[in-house]
Amino acid sequence: MRMMTFAKRCSKELLRDPLNLGFGLGFPLVLLLLLSSLQRNIPVSLFEIDTLTPGMTVFGLSFMTLFSATLVSRDRESAFLQRLYTTPLTGFDFILGYMLPLLPIAVGQTVICYLFAAALGLTVSVNIICAVIGIIPMAVFNIALGLLCGSLLSVKQVGGICGALLTNLSAWLSGVWFDIGLVGGVFEKIANLLPFLHAAEAEKALVGGDFYGAVPHIIPVALYAISAAAAAILCFLRQKNRQ
Amino acid sequence: MKAIKADGLVKRYKKITAVDGLGLEIEQGELFSLLGVNGAGKTTTVKMLTCMTKPTDGDAFLCGCSVTEEPERVKALIGVSPQETAIAPMLTVKENLELMCGIYGFSREKTAEKTEELSKRLMLDTVLKRKAGKLSGGYQRRVSIAMALISEPEILFLDEPTLGLDVIARQGLWEVIRSLKGKITVVLTTHYMEEAEALSDRIGIMKNGRLMAVGTAEELKKKTGSETFEAAFVSIVKEGAV
Repeated sequence: MRMMTFAKRCSKELLRDPLNLGFGLGFPLVLLLLLSSLQRNIPVSLFEIDTLTPGMTVFGLSFMTLFSATLVSRDRESAFLQRLYTTPLTGFDFILGYMLPLLPIAVGQTVICYLFAAALGLTVSVNIICAVIGIIPMAVFNIALGLLCGSLLSVKQVGGICGALLTNLSAWLSGVWFDIGLVGGVFEKIANLLPFLHAAEAEKALVGGDFYGAVPHIIPVALYAISAAAAAILCFLRQKNRQ
Repeated sequence: MKAIKADGLVKRYKKITAVDGLGLEIEQGELFSLLGVNGAGKTTTVKMLTCMTKPTDGDAFLCGCSVTEEPERVKALIGVSPQETAIAPMLTVKENLELMCGIYGFSREKTAEKTEELSKRLMLDTVLKRKAGKLSGGYQRRVSIAMALISEPEILFLDEPTLGLDVIARQGLWEVIRSLKGKITVVLTTHYMEEAEALSDRIGIMKNGRLMAVGTAEELKKKTGSETFEAAFVSIVKEGAV
């Protein structure tokens, strides 16, 4: 009950911020529109909507990290958390209260992304539902990473690291803009070590109905999600105790 | 039973001793001010008394409950309004109050009752539906105090409640604080001498983590042979005269 009250507050804080809605939802949609328009005017197949959309849903999730990190960091800096530490809320209430509201927002963002892509010509099938479900591990990873960054960094640092660095990393290393295999070398190796490319590949496989093909990509993403969640919980509780 | 009894409280951060062997007794219903210059140890003292930080040594008892042994029981007794305006900025004033009610597990009826009672008591009726982050500093502090009062605490901690406010907002907040006198125990930290003198039953003056003097404003003036409270404060802090 207490956790739900806190979670409700977090979701209101997030959804009432016009910047969150503008960037989190608007930016991936604008990119989808621009790149699919570009595709119509070039002779080579670079930004086909069926291959572009899965990567864009993964890229869109990087904003969840920014949102959760900013929320936690702002609460720390404004002493709002300090006030709540003197109430009966437990560490468990805080962690779930921060993480749970972002999960439906992340799933909602993915659904809107696919609906928008459908209007732009994406092949509509039942597989999209599987792709929406399949994005949950990556959503958890991004949200947990946000909680981790918010526990360690100031609001200003969060803006730089989660806002600029992570969104760019996610965009470049998920293969949204280009085929990472064409770059090859160290870049490809790094991309394969991180979860972004695997999440995008899993989405592509699920949208295409290749469920078995998605599994080898979902497993590393899930492992990253579990590790990020564990690190986030440890760091949050550590800073709570230090307070 | 004393509202607060601190016994040899010490807080060290690596080589710095923020609070050094603080001993203090505060009666129930008393409005006690902790006064001192920046870095005197006021906020650290409040943090230890409110279980936000563990003492390095010593203990304090709030209504008989130990801050080191029974922090959960202590938390149920206290309300805290931190130094910074600790409110949820995108929530309305009413939602901020309801949030605290939810955290303390109040029923829907009690939530409505407490929200109405505190909004009237702290003169927040006119801004109940406005986003807390859009209010003036004075109103934000009132919201912060109302949030601290939701749980019907035995002891209320107000950490620098009028810091950065203009004269009018400060006077308004003083009225609110005066209205609490005698009903609950209030511990107020401030570095405004006129605030401590105008509001407090007793004042404790801190310097370098130590409690230099305790008494009413009149007693402290008499002890230092000063005509004004400001002169008494300067005398205690600069010369250690008590």
